[in-house]
Amino acid sequence: MKARHKRFGFIAAGLVGLGLAAWLVLNALDNNLSYFFSPTEVVENKAPADHVFRLGGLVEGGSLQRGQELTIRFVVSDGANRVNVAYTGILPDLFAEGQGVIAQGRMGEDGVFIADEVLAKHDENYMPPEVAEALDKAHNQATEATN
Amino acid sequence: MSNRLINWFKFASPATFYPLAEKIWRWSTLIAVVLIAVGLYMSFFVAPTDYKQGEGYRIIFVHVPAAWLSMFIYLVMAFWSVVGLVYNTRLSAMMTSALAPTGAIFTFIALWTGAFWGKPMWGTWWVWDARLTSELILLFLYLGFIALQGAIDDTRRADRAGALLVLVGVVNIPIIHYSVKWWNTLHQGASVSVSSGSSMSSIMLWTMLIMALGFWAYSIAMAMARVRCIILERERDTTWVSELPEVRQ
Repeated sequence: MKARHKRFGFIAAGLVGLGLAAWLVLNALDNNLSYFFSPTEVVENKAPADHVFRLGGLVEGGSLQRGQELTIRFVVSDGANRVNVAYTGILPDLFAEGQGVIAQGRMGEDGVFIADEVLAKHDENYMPPEVAEALDKAHNQATEATN
Repeated sequence: MSNRLINWFKFASPATFYPLAEKIWRWSTLIAVVLIAVGLYMSFFVAPTDYKQGEGYRIIFVHVPAAWLSMFIYLVMAFWSVVGLVYNTRLSAMMTSALAPTGAIFTFIALWTGAFWGKPMWGTWWVWDARLTSELILLFLYLGFIALQGAIDDTRRADRAGALLVLVGVVNIPIIHYSVKWWNTLHQGASVSVSSGSSMSSIMLWTMLIMALGFWAYSIAMAMARVRCIILERERDTTWVSELPEVRQ
């Protein structure tokens, strides 16, 4: 075994050890590295009940209510579960029904999430408006055909 | 070792690599200028408006290629660090040093353009989610490498310390890449991936790929220009440097 093989062995072993250590740390931290909790996690009581956390999901279609003054109410859902949210403040441009959203705040006693900050979450799709319209149309036709 | 088709070890010598670097530098500069000019024209005038984000999405044509390069350059630095530590070649350490400033600039551009995009789209300049935080750590790794190398006077010691730092930091690269998959992040998932294709319209995708290739050529050009300076600086006492036409005059 030449000296350079030995050095290569040391480096490879070092990198494997380092990778293992990083993997263990990340595993231990697990959910603490997540930026938000999903509605399912909230319903399963995995989200902290007594302090501020972030809730993320889609704004459910037809759930947006603009109430008195500046308070708006909407439902955040992940398909399986839903959480009611109330928010007083200015919404980002991309906020809309059916759009991803992340709200920061705490659970109220009545089960309504009181948000003090709302961020829009964008998805990975990029397309021109004509394509989006065509996709919408195709989707509607497909649902009509099945009904 | 002389029976190979091309004897790669020949180019490990700074004296033979120096003229080759000049050729690569000239060609890649030309390619970078052409591709970035075409890419920027397409970014602003050819690519269509996005259906949801309007015109603001055009920032991805700089943001995404810069972010790719920031990670890829670090991997190349890690490769040269391993080669340098194993074979004790002088040139590989010079390549690592030559790449670092370009990597740091691309990391900064990715973070900066990301903040510009985040303000109108998300509603915030910055959040501490896994993707953004790990990319910020990458910037600190680049700056730490440059500072560490600059702080040690003996070049061979500086090279080895730098190489070790680069190798320790390399665990961060898969974390950046997979952060949007492993954890819930505000940052969206990848629009382009090898396994599942692309979720962008094709003209947008082409624009982004042309910009990415342009940034690649720019990185190569900058690394070659810088490595030539480093070679001259470190080999200034050798006869081959003193016999160079540009040095003699």
